[in-house]
Amino acid sequence: MSAILVYVETKDDQPKKASLEALGAASRLGGEVVALLYGRHAQAAAAKLALSGAAKALAVEDAQRAHFSPEAVVAALAAAAAKLSPRAIFFAATSQGRDLAPRLAEKLGCAQASDCTELRNGGDGKVEARRPVMAGKAYTWMRAKNATLVATLRPNVFAEAKSGGAPAVESMAAPAADLKSIVKEIVASASGVLDVSEAPVVVSGGRGLKEASNWKVLEDLAAAFGGRAALGASRAVVDAGWRPHAEQVGQTGKTVAPQLYFAVGISGAIQHLAGMRTAKTIVAINKDAEAPIFKVADYGIVGDALEIVPALTAAIKKAIG
Amino acid sequence: MKIAVCMKRVPATDTKVKPGAGRPWIDSTGVEYVLNPYDEFAIEEALRLKEARGGAGEVVVVCVGSADAQKELRTALAMGADRAILLEDAQAELRDAQEIAGALAAAVKELGSELVLLGKTGVDRDQSQTGQRVATRLGWGCAIECAKIAIDGSAIRAEREIEGGREVLELSLPAVLSCEKGLNEPRYAGLKGIMAAKKKPLETKAPQYAAAQGEVLSFEMPPERSGGRIVGSGVDAVAELVRLLQQEAKVL
Ligand SMILES: Cc1cc2nc3c(=O)[nH]c(=O)nc-3n(C[C@H](O)[C@H](O)[C@H](O)COP(=O)(O)OP(=O)(O)OC[C@H]3O[C@@H](n4cnc5c(N)ncnc54)[C@H](O)[C@@H]3O)c2cc1C
Repeated sequence: MSAILVYVETKDDQPKKASLEALGAASRLGGEVVALLYGRHAQAAAAKLALSGAAKALAVEDAQRAHFSPEAVVAALAAAAAKLSPRAIFFAATSQGRDLAPRLAEKLGCAQASDCTELRNGGDGKVEARRPVMAGKAYTWMRAKNATLVATLRPNVFAEAKSGGAPAVESMAAPAADLKSIVKEIVASASGVLDVSEAPVVVSGGRGLKEASNWKVLEDLAAAFGGRAALGASRAVVDAGWRPHAEQVGQTGKTVAPQLYFAVGISGAIQHLAGMRTAKTIVAINKDAEAPIFKVADYGIVGDALEIVPALTAAIKKAIG
Repeated sequence: MKIAVCMKRVPATDTKVKPGAGRPWIDSTGVEYVLNPYDEFAIEEALRLKEARGGAGEVVVVCVGSADAQKELRTALAMGADRAILLEDAQAELRDAQEIAGALAAAVKELGSELVLLGKTGVDRDQSQTGQRVATRLGWGCAIECAKIAIDGSAIRAEREIEGGREVLELSLPAVLSCEKGLNEPRYAGLKGIMAAKKKPLETKAPQYAAAQGEVLSFEMPPERSGGRIVGSGVDAVAELVRLLQQEAKVL
């Protein structure tokens, strides 16, 4: 069985969690798993891939290039793919993965399965991928007719490997590339907190919270999870200017798949469900017992969010200790 | 500047999905189709770019679609696009991103435009691939999910939201830019626009597809979420909820 190549994103010298999940998914499919890391700290980040499922790590350190360029990373991945002839190439379905994967797929003449939520080996050893379509209202299984399938994997869906040894780290020279797009600057959002698409716990609020200042109760609930939770929002409150678009969950916002999702004062419109229906556990708090959100929620409480959420925060703080 | 806007006809976002018979896609009977919401941002941006240059240049909308997609192309013309090209294929809905990108890249080349705008994704197949693939095929620069676009001469500065921040990308023409919500507020086509659109040129051609390697094996509906348990009402239900989260769902 040929190898699976996985692009591992890094933040400083840390591999990103969503990429570790992609390595985990690849290792469960079987065969050799090769990680490729790119950037100034590639070597240091590769050294942190013990127990990730990767057997080998290609570290592309690129000291001359001060700025990140998608074309440079794609060139490195294409060079690695030419050597490995992998049966699949995985990316995390993050802002970077969404950008890089189709560029690589097109360059290699490959099909791509985007935002996959399940993977399996087909009878002939080909990787098959299940992915949501129509905003999660349906799924398709797909595969490539030729040797290699490119796929982006939805964050928080696949488990990390957490087993195996440390990969053999090889340094790889950055291949020549025609750099057309250069990342000049990354402006961190003021909060610097976890992004809603990456957080294991999401606390989302909707119009039922009545006004922007009431978000304090949601911030407190999120804080009870000690840095593991991010705030989310319905489109109604983003359109009202109460919350930034970066927090919007749903069809025209972000897709999230956290372990735990709180929908507070959110009716559960189909476009909102599109962004959160694959959450593992959904809790809804709504004063209307007939609100559609209760149809998808695992647990619901009917009542006034402004009374219930503070009590819930206190109880969760006590429970987590 | 000649700007090509790639656009798609898609089922409305509130469509109730049913599996189609004999094909791994939705049953389109009775489904309302619309212009892909993200493509509206691309059309609006193209019109603004043209207007900012004193109306010089041309905005051409290009769509791989069935004959019915003339409706969506007319919508774009009513918003203000100058002309439309339909790459007609009755099976367009079933095509892979690789095929579509090949057809669009060929059409753009033939047009001789140097800027392509399109939505960041189609809300039907949710693939987010077309812009990146078209750019790669043409050998052009590409910025995706643009929330802000500034073009000065041939220099482009594009901004997008990324996890935990905002990324500023620099590239130059020729380029492909995919558009995100928030980039602008798309205009409504007024009566005057709708009347004018009827007289604007809409050309139909055959798509020049690239070979596709993707193969859709099956189409399935998600399992119903069993959920729907109301724990109780008011503050009194909180203790039981926390117990369930801890002992049953094991997420605390
Ligand atoms: C093309 C398109 C794309 C869209 N994309 C998105 C998207 O990405 N994300 C998204 O969220 N929406 C999206 N929408 C909008 C969506 O259809 C809904 O309008 C929106 O989700 C409603 O937001 P809401 O639930 O906050 O508000 P509402 O629907 O107004 O619901 C408010 C809820 O709060 C409850 N409530 C009121 N008071 C209280 C209280 N004191 N305590 C507890 N509960 C209370 C009410 O019972 C109600 O259920 C989109 C729509 C379209 C057409």
